[in-house]
Amino acid sequence: MIENADQIFVLLKHWAVGFLPAGWQGIAGVILSVVAILVVFPSLFAVAVWMERKGLARMQNRIGPNRVGPIGLLQPIADAVKSLTKEDIVPLRADAVVHFMAPVALVVVVFMGIAVLPMGRNMTFVSMDAGLLFFFAMGASTELSVFMAGWSSRNKYSLLGAMRGVAQMISYEVPLLMSSVAVVMITGSLSLDKIVEAQNQYTWGLPHWYIFTPWGLAAFLMYATAATAETNRSPFDLPEGESELVAGYFTEYSGFKWALFFLGEYVGMLSISGLGTTLFLGGWSSPFAFLGWVPSWFWFFSKVMMSIAVFIWIRGTLPRLRQDQLMNFAWKFVIPFTLLDLAVAALWRFMSDGWARWVVCSAILLLAYALMGGVSMSRKHLGLRTYRYAE
Amino acid sequence: MLGEGILKGLAETAKNFAGSFVSAERLTTVQYPEQRIAPIEATRDFPFLVYDGNDWEAGMRCVACQICEKECPPKCIYIVKSADKKPDALGKPQFYPARFDIDISVCMSCQICVEVCPFEAIKMDTEFELSTTDRFGGLLFDRKELAKSNEHYHKIHPTEAAEVDARLAAQKVKSDAKSDAALAAAAAKAAAPAKPVPAAASPATKPEGGEEKP
Repeated sequence: MIENADQIFVLLKHWAVGFLPAGWQGIAGVILSVVAILVVFPSLFAVAVWMERKGLARMQNRIGPNRVGPIGLLQPIADAVKSLTKEDIVPLRADAVVHFMAPVALVVVVFMGIAVLPMGRNMTFVSMDAGLLFFFAMGASTELSVFMAGWSSRNKYSLLGAMRGVAQMISYEVPLLMSSVAVVMITGSLSLDKIVEAQNQYTWGLPHWYIFTPWGLAAFLMYATAATAETNRSPFDLPEGESELVAGYFTEYSGFKWALFFLGEYVGMLSISGLGTTLFLGGWSSPFAFLGWVPSWFWFFSKVMMSIAVFIWIRGTLPRLRQDQLMNFAWKFVIPFTLLDLAVAALWRFMSDGWARWVVCSAILLLAYALMGGVSMSRKHLGLRTYRYAE
Repeated sequence: MLGEGILKGLAETAKNFAGSFVSAERLTTVQYPEQRIAPIEATRDFPFLVYDGNDWEAGMRCVACQICEKECPPKCIYIVKSADKKPDALGKPQFYPARFDIDISVCMSCQICVEVCPFEAIKMDTEFELSTTDRFGGLLFDRKELAKSNEHYHKIHPTEAAEVDARLAAQKVKSDAKSDAALAAAAAKAAAPAKPVPAAASPATKPEGGEEKP
């Protein structure tokens, strides 16, 4: 029974596919999985939007949406209806084809990244040996869509937003990748399934998740920072900074295309949280050995939603960075620190098992954090702002 | 250490998040259509035209001087001056607006029309539930829609309205005194050569104004 709950989706798929002749079963299975992904992730997107609106409201001592359905639960549906019935406006002098392609490119790429995530035991849609590489290849393509949107709109705000977006996403792509490389070094595999398997072991009932190692914690923090920037979330939401750029690269989008951008952004968040979960939080493995009977997909999706909650929490807390602060932070702190973390991960790999490597690795990382945080991020330039040309 | 401020901030938002569920007095918003906060007295949004008495057309204070039309920064006022004159509150014959339109979709609620009006005829209203399905006609108010009684003005801005009434009363006393004096002078002039006529110039039956320019 418990094994069935764990594998229920796999069994359901086999059962449904079993009705078809043998020649059709392969393709039918693929289509079923694709449909499942296309249903589950947009539903999670709706839940995430609801969580965001309610959570942010509560942080600001408001109630949030409470009109549509019980405690506003149907608000995403109302929003969807609103978006779909809105007029679709294309600026007169916009490049109509590229303008149309940009949101499509974003959504397609974002969903393709999800294909390699192990969402439960035996629940990886495409179990690739180089899954991590594929994910990052897809993730990097979102920059293209951002720039397509900004460029084709023929609007200064769109273009500024796109320029900022591309600069930011390329800068933070580097630490995002390098913090994941530490995991690859330890596991010795680019396959996400293998990475989860490696973490699905228990000592005294506690899991071997990578976040519970010094190098893993450091890599996770850097990964989370870079992921926030990569998905253009506050405090790194400069590309769409509504106070200065209207809505950034999707200023000129309305109706369904705007909804696609919104969807792409949130599904991107979900997928990057899914990857973070897979790499550092043990993927679908349970947090305690005695909870092993709970279905694996439950753990994966609850970890993803927890990560989304943290994204929302951070959005409710931090103000937006300035462009130079953003770049300084990436190139002067996050990237050097992830590089150091790579070295520490190597040290961890080659030191013998025992308390010594815990002490040495933690000490190196803590010292580096304190030093780099104190030196390179010290606010020595804080003071009266001086202008060179404006005076 | 780096990140300390972030943790402090996260703690603060977490406190607010949890607190909003626990203590109701934290929630600063009200559920609008059902609950309302009484507007503060200085609330203002769009202008209206004040009239005295019960008949909005007869009691309208506006004399179509068009100062507000000229001063309005977004040019949302349109006035057509009447061809004839009718007596105003002081009894002087004045023009009146044959048309007075305000496009509240253009109005920016700056109150400049109120400040420049020498006749205390245009004031700011507090009515804000003005949404309409007609984007053009529904937001273009003519003089009938704009006319609101002085009682309404007293209701929405009591202090200000009392000041305005006092000012108008003082003006009226002054103008009455002037017309009385003029009347008395005329009576005296008339009485000097001819037989003294009982100048029954009581304030109650003051002349219809206009014969004597003050």
